[in-house]
Amino acid sequence: MAEIVLDNITKRFPDGSLAVDKISLDIADGEFVILVGPSGCGKSTTLNMIAGLEDITEGELRIGGQVVNNKAPKDRDIAMVFQSYALYPHMTVRENMGFALKLAKTPQNVINEKVEEAARVLDLTQHLDRKPANLSGGQRQRVAMGRAIVRDPQVFLMDEPLSNLDAKLRVQTRTQVSRLQKRLGTTMVYVTHDQTEAMTLGDRLAVMRAGLLQQAGTPKELYERPVNLFVAGFIGSPAMNFLGATLEEGSLRTPIGDLPVSPPLRQVLERSNVGRSVIVGLRPEDFEDVALVSAENRDYGITFHTTIDVLESVGSDVFAYFTAESDLSARSDQLADLATDAGVDTVDGETTITARLDAATNLREGQDAELWADLRPMHVFDPESGRNLALEATAAGADRG
Amino acid sequence: MATVTTTSSQTAGVTARSRRKAGRQRTTLAQKSGWGTANFVVVALALIPVLWLVSLSFKTPTAVLDPSFIPKSWTWSNYTQILKTSQFIRPLINSIGIGLISTVIAVTLASMAAYAVARLRFPGKGLLIGMSLLIAMFPAIALVTPLFSIERAIGLFNTWPGLIIPYVAFGLPLGIYTLSAFFREIPWELEKAAKVDGATPLQAFMKVIAPLAAPGMVTTAILVFLFCWNEFLFAISFTSTISARTAPASIAYFAGTSQFTVPTGPIAAASVVITIPIIIFVVLFQRRIVAGLTSGAVKG
Repeated sequence: MAEIVLDNITKRFPDGSLAVDKISLDIADGEFVILVGPSGCGKSTTLNMIAGLEDITEGELRIGGQVVNNKAPKDRDIAMVFQSYALYPHMTVRENMGFALKLAKTPQNVINEKVEEAARVLDLTQHLDRKPANLSGGQRQRVAMGRAIVRDPQVFLMDEPLSNLDAKLRVQTRTQVSRLQKRLGTTMVYVTHDQTEAMTLGDRLAVMRAGLLQQAGTPKELYERPVNLFVAGFIGSPAMNFLGATLEEGSLRTPIGDLPVSPPLRQVLERSNVGRSVIVGLRPEDFEDVALVSAENRDYGITFHTTIDVLESVGSDVFAYFTAESDLSARSDQLADLATDAGVDTVDGETTITARLDAATNLREGQDAELWADLRPMHVFDPESGRNLALEATAAGADRG
Repeated sequence: MATVTTTSSQTAGVTARSRRKAGRQRTTLAQKSGWGTANFVVVALALIPVLWLVSLSFKTPTAVLDPSFIPKSWTWSNYTQILKTSQFIRPLINSIGIGLISTVIAVTLASMAAYAVARLRFPGKGLLIGMSLLIAMFPAIALVTPLFSIERAIGLFNTWPGLIIPYVAFGLPLGIYTLSAFFREIPWELEKAAKVDGATPLQAFMKVIAPLAAPGMVTTAILVFLFCWNEFLFAISFTSTISARTAPASIAYFAGTSQFTVPTGPIAAASVVITIPIIIFVVLFQRRIVAGLTSGAVKG
């Protein structure tokens, strides 16, 4: 068991490209931390640096209080599960799981004991003498996990361990990983590009983009108080809706109506020379069918009319999609990154808004609908830097109060 | 499908099917005979000279000019004659020794070089690959004269190292190419996994990479050995006595019973003897050799 401290870790490849830029992160003993971000954000490189498979260009990495920058992977007491599992094809499951112990010159009877114990936990006992080629994807994945747990290491590192499984098995294995980590209580660093996986698994998430750590915090923190546009758009499914807005006469003019601005937020907007155009962020669940909103709640938001393009019922909720004339002319590169990650091309001047409504709604596709938007959790972003200004406003408000 | 079908339609179906089947068989037959003929012609073209050689090796010295394919009287005398004289036994030992040593050195060096080529990015990698390809393509005859002078000057002429060194040089490109294709197929993550599992780079190579690349190494070794075994030009140019001369070269020095007789029988017998290991190798490792020659050609 050990804590991991990343102190201004930087990775620059020989060709000069900067993969990881001054990441600082403290991972507590026994904590389950997820590095999450779109592909190419440097999360796997960071993990490889923790493992010792990549050299650290600058900064200091400490595991259990010891600086390990120049230590070989074998001296770091870590175990890693790879995306491809990287099982040794010429060894049986038993030999695969016992390989590390054998290298450490552990007595054979201890190896057998530990391997069999791990096999029992992972339900692999009847497969111990088979070769990886004769196992299914899920079984291979479990062998890879078994290889990590028999060593009883200080730290587990996992590099997208579930991405090769089919959707159903992935959800199953996800709970298994979570249970395993809780049982063992070992520090775990887990890399994924899947924000759902990240949200459900981690004690804490570190969101990365283009080699930079954007924000680290609990899933709830990231969801409710994202520091910038990227985190706001990356975390949450369906993603947060972004609307172009201009500050006019003390309120924000958006395609869905004029949104009142609270005094602390107005102060922040005035103080920071953002200019008049900002980006407003509202989560799908912040919308509701007006008919289903109680009278006292209505005052916390605004109501507006729109035409619903598509309604999708998933039983517990109804997702409504409508378009809004939105001028996100002050397009930020963070939004562009999000669009690339989601694989969508943004159409200029028009935004599709997703609203998550109660299943009791009577709205119909193609009909005029009156919707209510809750403005309490509203986020306002600086299009230039992507900063979440609403967060600064609440912070300022909290300071005063 | 309806459960009730009329008899007539059933019969019609059956005849149609059998007709189709017959048609298919006809094409198969035609194809088979076509391929059979082609194969026979090719094999005959390649094999008849070899069989003629075998036949010659069993003929008595007086019968070598006899045009019959099967010897009228069989004799082992050609074989006993060459296997009794050190003029052939010693070169045979040289061939085996030089071949094995060259193979071991070439495969060891080639596996290291190929590993680097497959795994590492280093300056001059393209140059290294280009140079090794260049050496493989170089006409050996162009090198004979300079190498002869060099070997004479530094005292390697007519020694085992005098042949081993050029053989290793020519075996290396072949080895690097074949082996790097094999190494490339081994996922890099396996090595990373081994490192994380606590292996030193050497242990990772010996316990994880080498066992997986073993088929490739065996293939390469066979190819290099066959090259050394068959080589004639260097062998005849860089040797002057049987102390280093290899078997193929020694055959050229066979002497007849008198100045005016050609030792056809012993030459044939010796040729058969040095062909036998090749045949054994090819039969045993046929699949491996083909795999080695075509490795890396197709992905998957």
